[in-house]
Amino acid sequence: MNKPTASPPTKIPSRDIKTIVNAGLARRHAAERRFRWYGLIAITLGLTFVVLMFANIIGKGYPAFWQTYIQVPITFDATVIDPQGNRDPQAIETADYAGLVRAGMRQLFPTVQGRLELRALYGLVSSDAAHELQDRVLQNPALIGASQEVWLLASASVDTLLKGNIDRTLDESERPIKDNQIEWVDKLQAAGKIEKQFNTILFTSGDSREPEQAGIRGALMGSFFTLLVTFLLSFPIGVATAVYLEEFAPKNRWTDLIEVNINNLAAVPSIVFGLLGLAVFINFFGLPRSAPLVGGLVLSLMTLPVIIIAGRAALTSVPPSIREAALGMGASKLQMVGHHVLPLAMPGMLTGSIIGMARALGESAPLLMIGMVAFIVDVPKGLMDPSTVLPVQIYLWSDLPERAFVERTSAAIMVLLAFMILMNGLAILLRKRFERRW
Amino acid sequence: MSTTALETKVALDQALDLNTAPRKQSSVEVTDYDNRQTVGKITVDHPKMVCRGVNVYYGEKHAIKNVGLDIGANEVIAFIGPSGCGKSTFLRCLNRMNDTISICRITGQIKLDEDDIYDKSVDVVQLRARVGMVFQKPNPFPKSIYENVAYGPRIHGMVNTKAELDDLVRDSLERAGLIKEVEKRMNEPGTSLSGGQQQRLCIARAIAVNPEVILMDEPCSALDPIATAKIEELIDELRENYTIIIVTHSMQQAARVSQRTAYFHLGDLIEVGETDQIFTNPKHKLTEDYITGRFG
Ligand SMILES: Nc1ncnc2c1ncn2[C@@H]1O[C@H](COP(=O)(O)OP(=O)(O)OP(=O)(O)O)[C@@H](O)[C@H]1O
Ligand SMILES: [Mg+2]
Repeated sequence: MNKPTASPPTKIPSRDIKTIVNAGLARRHAAERRFRWYGLIAITLGLTFVVLMFANIIGKGYPAFWQTYIQVPITFDATVIDPQGNRDPQAIETADYAGLVRAGMRQLFPTVQGRLELRALYGLVSSDAAHELQDRVLQNPALIGASQEVWLLASASVDTLLKGNIDRTLDESERPIKDNQIEWVDKLQAAGKIEKQFNTILFTSGDSREPEQAGIRGALMGSFFTLLVTFLLSFPIGVATAVYLEEFAPKNRWTDLIEVNINNLAAVPSIVFGLLGLAVFINFFGLPRSAPLVGGLVLSLMTLPVIIIAGRAALTSVPPSIREAALGMGASKLQMVGHHVLPLAMPGMLTGSIIGMARALGESAPLLMIGMVAFIVDVPKGLMDPSTVLPVQIYLWSDLPERAFVERTSAAIMVLLAFMILMNGLAILLRKRFERRW
Repeated sequence: MSTTALETKVALDQALDLNTAPRKQSSVEVTDYDNRQTVGKITVDHPKMVCRGVNVYYGEKHAIKNVGLDIGANEVIAFIGPSGCGKSTFLRCLNRMNDTISICRITGQIKLDEDDIYDKSVDVVQLRARVGMVFQKPNPFPKSIYENVAYGPRIHGMVNTKAELDDLVRDSLERAGLIKEVEKRMNEPGTSLSGGQQQRLCIARAIAVNPEVILMDEPCSALDPIATAKIEELIDELRENYTIIIVTHSMQQAARVSQRTAYFHLGDLIEVGETDQIFTNPKHKLTEDYITGRFG
């Protein structure tokens, strides 16, 4: 009706865009700077904790890689080792090697007299020294009758003293090592008959009550067998499940239910799987306790959902155009998956699996439930042998008061971390290799 | 108008009873297509594929409405129409690519030569070997150029020796006009080629299995004019041996490469006829609007 009269031009267009933007620019830049600072602070904090953790563990654990040995003159007395003189292996094996060690110690310090004094003197070397001599003789019977200077494993208290972890000024009763023993050690040191060597025992022997004889070989083998079972079970089953659910299963209420349950399983606390394993595998199926087989089964239950979820994510990320191309060429569904989708999804699946395996390697709670927490000296040789795993070994050692076990705990953690880093490195390597094949 | 499978079947059966020999232009007896809105002659003398009463539903959505159309042997037929009108949907019915979409439901009858392709006895693997497809976006496999072309013959067991396969691969690449460019780099990934080369690789891949029909869904939409020209040239050469159905948004392209053109609108096949006639003298108002609108 009434024609709109030319309204006065509104204010906003009259201010030009440059000034409007400039007005807000300072604020935007400030926000950006602030955000960058938040990021930097967060990263610094995170890195600090990582560095602190590593420094602490390495600082504590490093000495465990060195072990004190004492050079003792040993006479492989034929009358002790082989009284009959017929080189009967049975007799050689059961001979009194501890006696040889004691004789050697007396030879080092001929002046020591008295039962208590002598006992203290013998306490300088580990009880393992006798086994060491036995091994040598069994391997080389020609030693019988000969004399040799032998480096024998020192006891844990001597080792701790030499590593500077015993306060000499403390009262004798509060020290694990007595005054006279300290005196002998000092003498040995002055004579160059005591030294620290690389601790091979740590890697070659199983657990022991004596810290100087305790190693992680048993736990390592236990972890290896357990993870072997876990991988052999969870990888093929996980990949097959992921492929079926993603590529073949009809989308209906049942598959939805399965999907929800798998996602829930991934969030179930690991100890629950341990209880399940105890009830099902040990109590119902009657599998042996503490066996890597059962441990592997339990960890498979735990790892499966992780692998399935990672696998499905990897499968969905394969572009649909590739699937169409394959189907359009007349490939069957299985050929499409096998020839094109799976190879492209493999890197993602492997990464997921290795992350799952790394988690399984570090898991201890469910294994406690199925008895893999026992004190086991023998290194397991198979899936059925009682064994423990690295994290449980760490847990066991961390409970012990001896200083030598404290450093072994840290050393074991270092080994565990090294394996974790190795596995992650492997994941990256595999991914790279697969990716290079486009 | 929506028909169920049963209704279509009944209609077909009735048609068989009523119309006999004189109507028999194609291998499928024709229903009452006179009542349909389709303008122009949907039948041809030597049909390669025959579609009758085809309906496609995506869930509740009726995407293709009772379409009947013959596709002649060794012809290039272009599908045109505004976006979302169902060209791709109809095209994908012809090699059953829609089977992969769970909500998609198809009724009616589509015959390739004498075989009903939706018959239970027909295996999609065999069908897709006979009806090849080239997609809108070049989608070579992330494998070598050689492997891309060799894939089809290999899975269908078409060759026995490596030498035969080598020959077939070379021959296919040659017919796709790509051999000169890739001769020296057969083992490089197919994805390392340019877009136009990739599309020609996809065509080589499709013709390597020697299909009878090739479906092309906007094969040039991602390509520059030079690459497009090469593909159009190729389509013209391929017509000798194959039947080609091409979906395109470019009128010029339809005019250049096709002998017949079908215009779709909102799921209906509005008009079909000789390409010259469609572009110079469209009979239906919608066709005319679309064509003139595009030509300005
Ligand atoms: N997978 C699907 N699920 C549901 N609806 C779909 C699906 N694919 C296509 N449609 C619908 O069907 C109709 C036809 O789609 P179609 O892809 O066939 O169109 P078109 O003619 O190829 O269009 P364009 O030219 O843009 O490619 C559209 O309305 C679309 O929304
Ligand atoms: Mg389309």
